[in-house]
Amino acid sequence: MSALQIVFLVTALVTLASGVMVVTVRKMMHAALWLILTLLGVAVLFAILEASFFVAVQVIIYIGAITILIIFTIMLTRRVMEDTGPQTNRLWWIPALVSGGLLVALVFAFITWDRGYVDLDFLPGSAVGIAELGKAFVSPDQFLIPFEVASILLLAALIGAIYIANEHKK
Amino acid sequence: MSFLTDPIKFIIDWVVSLLNSWGLSEGWITFLTSLVGGGVIALLAMLFVIFLIWYERKLIGRIQDRLGPNRVGPFGLIQPFADMIKIFAKELITPAGADWLPYNLAPVLSVAAVLMIWAVIPFTITVVGTDLNVGLLYLIASGGFAALSVLFAGWSSNNKFALLGGFRALAQLISYEVPMLIALLVPVMLAGSLSVTEIVAQQKVWFILSAPVSALIFLITSVAEIGRAPFDLVEAESELVAGFNTEYSGLKFGMFYVAEFLHAFTAALLFSTLYLGGWRGPFAEQVPILGFVYLVIKTFIVYFIFILFRGSLPRFRIDQMMDLNWKILTPLALSIVILSALVDKALTPAGMVVRVAGLLILNIITIVVTSRLIDRSWKGRKREIVTTPRPVAIANPGKPESQESASV
Amino acid sequence: MLTDWLYVGLFFLVALFLPAAAIIIASLIAPRKPNPIKNSTYECGIETVGSTWIQFKAQYYIFTLVFLVFDVEAVFLYPFAVAYNQLAFYAVAEAVLFLLILLGGLLYAWKKGALEWV
Repeated sequence: MSALQIVFLVTALVTLASGVMVVTVRKMMHAALWLILTLLGVAVLFAILEASFFVAVQVIIYIGAITILIIFTIMLTRRVMEDTGPQTNRLWWIPALVSGGLLVALVFAFITWDRGYVDLDFLPGSAVGIAELGKAFVSPDQFLIPFEVASILLLAALIGAIYIANEHKK
Repeated sequence: MSFLTDPIKFIIDWVVSLLNSWGLSEGWITFLTSLVGGGVIALLAMLFVIFLIWYERKLIGRIQDRLGPNRVGPFGLIQPFADMIKIFAKELITPAGADWLPYNLAPVLSVAAVLMIWAVIPFTITVVGTDLNVGLLYLIASGGFAALSVLFAGWSSNNKFALLGGFRALAQLISYEVPMLIALLVPVMLAGSLSVTEIVAQQKVWFILSAPVSALIFLITSVAEIGRAPFDLVEAESELVAGFNTEYSGLKFGMFYVAEFLHAFTAALLFSTLYLGGWRGPFAEQVPILGFVYLVIKTFIVYFIFILFRGSLPRFRIDQMMDLNWKILTPLALSIVILSALVDKALTPAGMVVRVAGLLILNIITIVVTSRLIDRSWKGRKREIVTTPRPVAIANPGKPESQESASV
Repeated sequence: MLTDWLYVGLFFLVALFLPAAAIIIASLIAPRKPNPIKNSTYECGIETVGSTWIQFKAQYYIFTLVFLVFDVEAVFLYPFAVAYNQLAFYAVAEAVLFLLILLGGLLYAWKKGALEWV
């Protein structure tokens, strides 16, 4: 059990536990706080994988922007800050059965998978890696089209949100 | 590398060789040196805040034509210690109904978020906490944590004013992150790396000459991110009580205070590192400790400018702040990135001097055009006429209208 | 690179520990005399009126949304900026196109009044 494995296990446990707390805790604001811990756990997992760029991106976007958006959404839709939502509805056993079955099926599939592993190229996470990513974004034979489409997607999201909010004002 | 030219690195190497001679394995040595090194930097940064508080109070006093603290000790140097002892001894009142974990986490997180920035800054050519290859994004992520701590403080205090103050502070902080993010693209483009040590190493010509508009945007947004004058609406005494830290007393409030001063100094440190060349200066490569001296001098000059802002500029209103950010700074940041990218690529075949000169001219033209546009839009605005001018006092000795004469 | 992140992690723990230790020391030294009036929430010196909720302006949400869009855009641009020195001119032009599309989005938001603080 090397130190890295211990760190990975602890991080995975913390992430999973906070994920469970997000959906089971009673107060919505506490759920948002547990979400922050979950996202931090994912960032630590990225660090263990030596994907430095994604650690930073995870913290900046998920924790720095999306969590704040979620908290504002909670405030916008709840009359009182401490409003608690119902934990389950009456037919909770159906989805429990379905997801339990899915879990069993996936575990079975992974255990009996016998096709060997594919060795991926080791992409250096150093500055060379980020420069390669940047070059891939703007090369026509690599990822240029998704790059430009991403900007149009962001534009569409911006216009859509503003349109909906304006309608609401009137 | 002797003790005189590079004392910090000398001590670090001596400690590592000591641990090696004790027979510890490689992993443990790294762990222990990281722990001790990080602890030393964090402790020194926090203790340095005491001096910063004294410096700021003296300087603000001088700007306001009065002496600063000068009773306690020579030149008032013991004053911050006295304040510290007072704050330690105050009762920590927790409001009823406050959520325990976010309430106590907020001051700790606000200091931790600022201290984390010190881990990646190169102090000399050989001394740096860690040479993280995404150092710049790490700095921005720390700013995000500082914004989160404000949210925790405002929300967990169970107080309407704190909540309102917290949300306004949060809106201000996240709005001003946008031009900062975009303006920081220019040093990254010029240096070709996200690592802060690399950015400093590439500054043969300081980046403030190649990208003055980007430096200006970074300066303004840094001041706004700290929540300092003239952007200190959210903690101004006459508005919203004390904003998001209404319900904090004693050392928890003291921690917010420490975090603000430390953040101001850290922002000055960042500006000097990214735009003023960090530890670069004459003979800084041969005698590394000189690099540290240069960095301290540059940081204090920028910190002096921050204090001048505080002492002389009136406070912004919240809608003026948001206008400044979204209508002036963000389009300016986007335009300067576009223009710098195009001009720099067009001028690459020429030498370094032509590139720097070209970029400088571009920035000057951008500033002139922007100020003309702002002037034109300002002049076009009509001011609302609320009431016609009325006389203050009516000089009419005949009529006994003593009640009306003093109307305004 | 793992050592870099180890340093950052340890630094974060130390940075959390130092203010927490200071606050714990202060809580040991400071007097502790709670009474219900001291612990009540502050409302300019009078009793609190109404439960603790405020009329939440939708404007906060719009600002956060615009911030999110520009945050993601900046994250796309950072790898481009790192690779900038090795790119040809047409590649820079493509990234400029990306930026112009988003500048257009900002202008749309401006004209539609989404950037006003009402």
